[in-house]
Amino acid sequence: MSFRILGTGMYVPEKIVTNDDLAQIVDTSDEWITKRVGVRSRRVCVHETASDLAVEAAKNALDNAGVRAEELDLILAATVSGETVSPSVSCMVQHALGISCPAFDINAACSAFLFLLETAAGFFARKTAKKILVVGAERMSRIVDWADRSTCVIFGDGAGAAVLGEGDGYLDSVMTVKGGDDVIKIPQFIGKSPFYEGEQESPYIHMQGQETFKYAVNAICDDIKTLLARNQLSVDDIKYIVPHQANKRIIDFASTKLKIPHEKFYINIENYGNTSSASVPIALDEVNRAGKLQRGDLVILTAFGGGLANASCLLKW
Amino acid sequence: MVFEKIAEMLAEKVDCDVSEIKGDTKFADLGIDSLDITELLMNIEDEFGIEVEMDTSLVDVNALVAKIEALTAEK
Repeated sequence: MSFRILGTGMYVPEKIVTNDDLAQIVDTSDEWITKRVGVRSRRVCVHETASDLAVEAAKNALDNAGVRAEELDLILAATVSGETVSPSVSCMVQHALGISCPAFDINAACSAFLFLLETAAGFFARKTAKKILVVGAERMSRIVDWADRSTCVIFGDGAGAAVLGEGDGYLDSVMTVKGGDDVIKIPQFIGKSPFYEGEQESPYIHMQGQETFKYAVNAICDDIKTLLARNQLSVDDIKYIVPHQANKRIIDFASTKLKIPHEKFYINIENYGNTSSASVPIALDEVNRAGKLQRGDLVILTAFGGGLANASCLLKW
Repeated sequence: MVFEKIAEMLAEKVDCDVSEIKGDTKFADLGIDSLDITELLMNIEDEFGIEVEMDTSLVDVNALVAKIEALTAEK
């Protein structure tokens, strides 16, 4: 027993920030951002917290699934940009939904949604849950350095969610971690201990562009090859590949290296930027609500990011 | 041999005639950015069976050829 996805949902804040808007803040241009990253606009919070975004995405997923909040046995969430370390986003979603099931967060940065699915699969396998809500929610605008033109143009805010129910739709998964902080790092506030002698690093996203690009492309290629080979499938058997929307050029180059047609990859980064743990469920919700998936279709979700951690799964819709 | 292969890969990348790629051709003059260079280095890894560290200091074709020749000599 694993699970199948009963419904999906997403929510993004109303405020749209275009590349031209960003060119007013840092030395950049629409042409440079579009060519370099593939983002044309992103949503940015004015009032909402990451938890607020999570709650709305969760409600939309419950609606789409036709499941009442009271039916949930567990809430799993992820964020790297939440306003509070505690309570977790999942606890705030539980609170907002007015229910009493267990709830906890997992940190696997941009790959977290895949790690949430894998964790959920364990609960279904042990038959300790019949319905689980999984949510990735990010206010990345909180943790980007708005004076750093190489990173602030990439990210956006948003949340994506899915409601899982008992079933056999989670066919296979692969997870890889290559721990270290030299490629991607998001330092926290160091604190004010009178005894600690460490130095505060700027508490924003630090990313080595070339190393991140190489790692990400290899992660996508290795994961997809593994899932296809292990399940004796060809890419023609897959309806869609839904990748983490980190940078359009990462997806394009992975697609070229894998010799998989670009159209097979669902891409929406132009509208949202990189929303970290929210990007895969947001993209999946768009694919779902556009009616692009029929029951029985095979879908690959693939993500990579800080950790370094990458993970992918094969789903039967 | 290394130069010819890299010139061929670069020409394909920027869609120009291979004769236009010289040793002193600067990457910036070809209009390619650091991610293009990363793609090129990854293709070179596949082509030559070597592992190349990402390097932002490479400015021209000669520098890249020297780096790849050194790495292939170590094999």
